[in-house]
Formats: sequence, C-alpha cells, structure tokens
Amino acid sequence: MSKKNSQRTQKIAFSLLSLATLLIVIPVGLIVIIIIQKGIPAINWQFLSDVPRQGMRAGGIFPAIVGTVYLVLGAIVFALPIGLLAAIYLSEYSKDNYLTRIIKLAIVNLAGVPSVVYGLFGLALFVVFFKFGASILSGSLTLGIMILPIIITASREALESVPYSFREVSRSLGASKWQTIRHIVLPNAISGIITGTILGLGRATGETAPILFTVAAFYLPQLPASIFDQAMALPYHLYVISTQVPNVDEKVRYGTALVLLVLALFMNLVAIIIRYQFRKKKKW
Amino acid sequence: MRKIKEFIIEKLILVCGLASIFFVAMIFLFLLKEGMNVFQTVSPFKFLFGKSWYPISEPAQLGILPLILGSLLVTFGAAVISIPIGVACAIYIAEVAPQNMKEILKSGIELLAAIPSVVLGFIGMVTIVPWVKNICHLPTGLSALSGSIMLAFMAMPTIVSIAEDALYSVPKSYKEGALALGATHWQAIHRVMLPAASSGILAAVMLGIGRVIGETMAVMMITGNSAVIPHSILQPVRTLTATIAAEMGEAVVGSEHYFALFAIGIVLFIISFAINVTADLFLHKKR
Amino acid sequence: MIKFNIKNLNIWFGHIHALKDVTIDITANEILSVIGPSNSGKTSFLRMLNRLNELSENFKMGGEVKFAGRNINDMDAELVRKKIGMVFALPLPLPLSIFDNVAYGVKMYGLKNRKKQQEIVEKALKQAYLWDEVKDRLQTSAFKLSGGQQQRLCIARTLAVEPDVILFDEPCSGLDPISTAKVEEAMLKLKANYTIVLVTNNVKQAARVGGKTAFFLSGELIEVDKTDKMFTAPQDKRTDDYISGKFG
Repeated sequence: MSKKNSQRTQKIAFSLLSLATLLIVIPVGLIVIIIIQKGIPAINWQFLSDVPRQGMRAGGIFPAIVGTVYLVLGAIVFALPIGLLAAIYLSEYSKDNYLTRIIKLAIVNLAGVPSVVYGLFGLALFVVFFKFGASILSGSLTLGIMILPIIITASREALESVPYSFREVSRSLGASKWQTIRHIVLPNAISGIITGTILGLGRATGETAPILFTVAAFYLPQLPASIFDQAMALPYHLYVISTQVPNVDEKVRYGTALVLLVLALFMNLVAIIIRYQFRKKKKW
Repeated sequence: MRKIKEFIIEKLILVCGLASIFFVAMIFLFLLKEGMNVFQTVSPFKFLFGKSWYPISEPAQLGILPLILGSLLVTFGAAVISIPIGVACAIYIAEVAPQNMKEILKSGIELLAAIPSVVLGFIGMVTIVPWVKNICHLPTGLSALSGSIMLAFMAMPTIVSIAEDALYSVPKSYKEGALALGATHWQAIHRVMLPAASSGILAAVMLGIGRVIGETMAVMMITGNSAVIPHSILQPVRTLTATIAAEMGEAVVGSEHYFALFAIGIVLFIISFAINVTADLFLHKKR
Repeated sequence: MIKFNIKNLNIWFGHIHALKDVTIDITANEILSVIGPSNSGKTSFLRMLNRLNELSENFKMGGEVKFAGRNINDMDAELVRKKIGMVFALPLPLPLSIFDNVAYGVKMYGLKNRKKQQEIVEKALKQAYLWDEVKDRLQTSAFKLSGGQQQRLCIARTLAVEPDVILFDEPCSGLDPISTAKVEEAMLKLKANYTIVLVTNNVKQAARVGGKTAFFLSGELIEVDKTDKMFTAPQDKRTDDYISGKFG
C-alpha cells in the first residue's frame, strides 16, 4: 500500500472513530439538557415540599425525596463498615491464594447480579424470611448489599495506592499491623474511600428494581415514622407517574426526573471534586 | 489489652472479607429456596421451553421461552449497536483524542453511567419510542427495537471504560515498535494495539452484554411488555427482568406465580454469573 | 559484649535462596559495615535482624538469630523492632508533620503525655543534628524538608523509641556528599551508645566509619574482620577484588 493510501485510510478510520464518539456524547448532552430545560419550570418550593395531590397529578414530591434519603442513608450505614473492612482485608491481610481469588470473583459477581434479582433476594430474605415486611429496613439492606462491591473496589484501590514503604517504616518503628493501618494507611486512603462511598450513594439513589418489592410505596402521603414503615422513593415515583398513572402533566414528570438526575449527578460531582482536591494535595 | 483488641479487630476484618462470598451464596440460596418450588408443578424443561406465559390463568401456563427470546432479541439488537460504537469510542479516547479532550470525554461517559436507569427509561419513552413509531410506521413505538437502542446506550459506559483500560494497558513499546517500522498510527492501532488488547476488549463486550441482560427499569418502560414469542424486532416484547419487576407486585407470596418469578431469577443469576466469571478470566488472562 | 549471635542463618524468598548458612557475631557499641555487590544478600541480612523480612509473603528462614542471648523469633516482633531500629535507603518520612514523625513510635507504644512527647522529640532531633534547623516548624509536613534533612529526620525517628541497635540500609545512597558527611558524623557519635549495623554500597564509606566490616557475595558471608585489617590485608581473593573495585 502506498504511503498516500494508508494516510487516507487513517483519515477515514479516525473520522469514523470520532463519529462513534459523538454518537455517544451528543445524546448524553441532549438528555441532560432536555431534562433540565423541561424540568426547570416544574421546580418550585411547593413541588419540593408538598405531598403529591390529585392522584399524583399535582402537588409535590416531598415524601419521595425523604424516602430516598432514608433509604440511601440506611444503605450506606450498612454497607460502609462492611465494605471498608472487606477492602482492608483484601489490601492488607489477604494472601495470594485460592480464597482471595474466590473473594474477588464473588465481588465481581455481586457487582454483576441484575438489580431486579437483588429485589427478589431482598424480598425473600428480609421481607419474608426475617419478616421485616416491605419497609425502609428491608429496602436499605437490599440496596446496601447491592452497593457493597462499589465500596469495596473503590476503597481497596485507595488503600493499595498508599505506598508500601509507609507500612514498612511504621512496622520498623514497632507499630503493630493494625496500628499501621489505623494511623498511616487509612488516613492516606480516605479520599478514595469517600469517593467510593459517594459513588455508592449515587448508585443507590437511582436504583428502582431492588426497592420495588422491598419498600417502595405507590402512594403514601405521610412520611415514614420508623424503619419498619414503607416509604415512597424518587425513582419508583418517576416510574409510577410515567407509566402507571394516565394524564400526568409532562411538567411533573420532567420535574421529578430532574430532581432525581440532580441528586444522582450531584453525588458524582461531589465525588469527582473530592478526588481532584485530594490529588492536588497529595504529599508523595 | 492492646493485643486482645487487635485480635478482635483482625477477626472482624476477616469476617467482612468473606462477606462477599457469603452474600453471593445467600442470594443464590434464597433464589433456589423459593424458585425450586415451581418445579413441583412444572418440569424444568417445560419451564424453560414452554411457549406460553400465562401465569394467572387457570391452570397457570409457566413457559418462559417468550421471555427468554424477548431478552435475547433486545440484547442482540443492543449488542449490534453498542459493540462497534463502544469499541470505536474507546479507541478514539485511548489513542486519537488530545489529552484535554480525553478527560472531557471520559467525564461524559461517566455522566452517562451515573444517570439512573428509570430516568433513561423515561427519556426513551418520550424520544425513542415516538421516533421508532413514526419512522417505522408502527401502531406503537414500544418495541424490541426501542429497547435495543436504549440498552445499547446504557451498555456504552461499561464497554467504553473497560475497553479503554485494555487499550491503555498495552505496553507503549508495542505501538512505538510499529511506528518505528513506518506504520501509520491507524495501522499501529488495528494491527498491533487491537490484537494485543483483544482479551480485555472481549471482556468489555461481555460485561456490556451482561449489563444489558440485567437491565430492568428502562426495558420495562419501553419494550411494550407483551409476553409472546417475537417474530420481528419491531414487535413489543417482554424480557426476563421486566417480567419479574412487573409481576412480582401482584403475585401472592407462596403462590405458583411467585415461585415462577423466583425461578426466572435463578435463570438470570446463572446467566450473569457465567458472563462475569468468563469476563473475569479474560480480564486476568496474562499474555 | 556480643549483641547478636547468628548461627547458620538461611533465608529464602520463594525459590530464591537469599542467604546461605551465615554465621556471625555482632559486637555491642561498634559499627559493623556490611558490604557487597547488589543482590549479595546484605539487605536481607539486615532486615533479618529486626524481623522485617517476615512482612514478605513468601519468606522462609532456617538457623537462628539471638539478640542479647534470646532467639528473636521467641520475642514479640513489635518489641524486637522497637529495640532494633532501622533507617532505610531512601529518606522515607511518613506523611505526617515533623513532630509526629519523630513521636510516631512512642505514641504507638502508648505514650500520651504531650510534654513527655515534646521532650523525646527534642532530644532525638538534637541527637540527629536536626533540631536547630527544624525547631521553629515542627508542625509542618516532613515532606517540606530537603533530602538530607529528611534522612536525619528518619534517624531521629528511629532514636526516639530508644533502641539498642540501629540498622542503616544504605542510608546515604540518595544523598549528596555534604548531606552524606552529616549523616556519617551522626553515625560516629551514635556509636558510643548504640550498636550500629551499616549496609553500604560504598566501600569508602565502610572504610571511613571504621569498626568491623563483613563482605557478602551471592548470599554467602565471605569474610568478616576489623575494617583496617580487611582493607589492608584481606584474607580472601574475592574480598580483595571487590574492595579494589575489580567488580561490584
């Protein structure tokens, strides 16, 4: 092939590659813009602070926001300690053996289980077997197990990025293994751990399938009083008013979608900013 | 005293380290515990290959073939769209895009991954569904095709980020060697980089497909949910995941229908398990 | 007085036989320089003395190491490391303030009294000839110090836990000649109160600090003797070749 020919091939190939990239990136931008543009008119104080009215065709989405906040907080309270300790195990204690391989494979699988299967699992274990009923507790635990792999993976990466020499120096001064982890490794991995946790929060905020049968209420104007109560949740509410309730004003749907999108993206944004800030300050 | 405290902490760490195994096992066990009951009334063969799904008729007909085919059709469509575009985008980001552009594109892809699936489903309902209806002159745009387009989009972040990682981890010397021999950048990419990253790219594709098969909400909102064996991609279909999500709310705990939905869960679990284990093997295959 | 009795010490990392049948005594209040080309096993030898090798996953050993008459494997590992301090090849401050770096060891040993900590930090920094340079900025990050200062900080950090023995693992390999001179000066002064084992790539450094010298090659201890004697009349041809720079 002549030089000229291969140059032309390259030009064509690169144009196709950039076209493919545009095919992904432009719709992403459009989605965000459409939702913001059409959702903004719906957003006002009443929409954010009132209960749904007229069969969810008017009023606000306050109970759904509160429900989602409870669920997400519950999930993180459950998943963060387990996930962090599991990450410490993998990064600091595990040996390169069969057991470790199985643990890693289990994490990969946990991350890959379809979200609706988590819903089934939560239903069978928490709602029916433990008799928690459809409740914030059941929903939070289900979401918590679902985001566990996110927290483990991110925390483990953060822990492993702390230079090995710090551990060695600390041990050489007579500090025990746990003291080394507690005083040297964890403080220097904290940004990665927080980032992972927030990404987990973002994921839990948007998931619908795991809460369908474990907690989500179709319509529940009063706020939940305890963790054994059902609750409305934002993603499920969006699903309901988009598909189950006829003649809902488009504005209300877009407004709900916008609030959900903002919550999910806001967490990601916070995570990105934290990561960036800590990287800038990184001392080694 | 300090020793005792540390002993307890280290045991706790070990227990949490094993938690993932425990939860995967628990998920599978509880799916089995509930799902196996359905095989008292239906044989596994009839369940998997039965042609009709009428769970609330008397007697109930619990054949999930239409649902399996629905999932396969939507997944196939999504794969056809997302694999070439996703891999091309990964190559563009890894090799062609200038440095600052790279970061922006990566954030864009991350942004896509962060959009909740129910939001994408909603957007699909108000955009893709009417387009498909108008362009293909269908009575309804709620079809396998709409689902495929939406799911292709949702698989992109997985495919792009893992494939990009795979390309990135190809040693620099490979590419430099090719360029030194007078190859153009593109020749270096498709003759050297792509083959070298092939197992990672394959894993990316598999995990993307895994994402598609497991996706629930968006699919349920835009594929039309009719549980019949599809003959064309323009027909409405119902997937395995959507069936569970749509029907579990009405199924009575302990009923045959309830058990059947768990049995579908077993099928999904096994599929995702197989995909993830294989993809993991590809990812860790050392050259 | 003998500090360490080491008998038939063998070390493996996986399939690599890093040290072969090493038998040596180390005298108290003296500097023992350990020389040899890279991969001769000298660092593995050094890290054996404070049980740091066992942090590596595939480490195995045979033979015995006695410290002040007791087998170190029968002692508490953390206590061994407290008694036998170590200064690493590169300056490795912990990502903490200057003060917290020096106080790290004693804090881990449960000393909470702030005033006591301050006394210990000041004393250790003075011993390492760093006090005057850092006394006004003890709370700033240790990473703000120059390379030579960082290495002296690491010496101070080791001294702060009041060890009996200090192990130096090529402590000047990353330093310029002036910083090297300062570190060597500190080492010579420390000899009065501590037993010092110095691993060095620099034959001239071994000659300068005196005491005894041990020569390792391919995991074997070839020769150990008074430094003066070794440098003037080595027993083994290989020692002579190495010292005179024929290989290395």
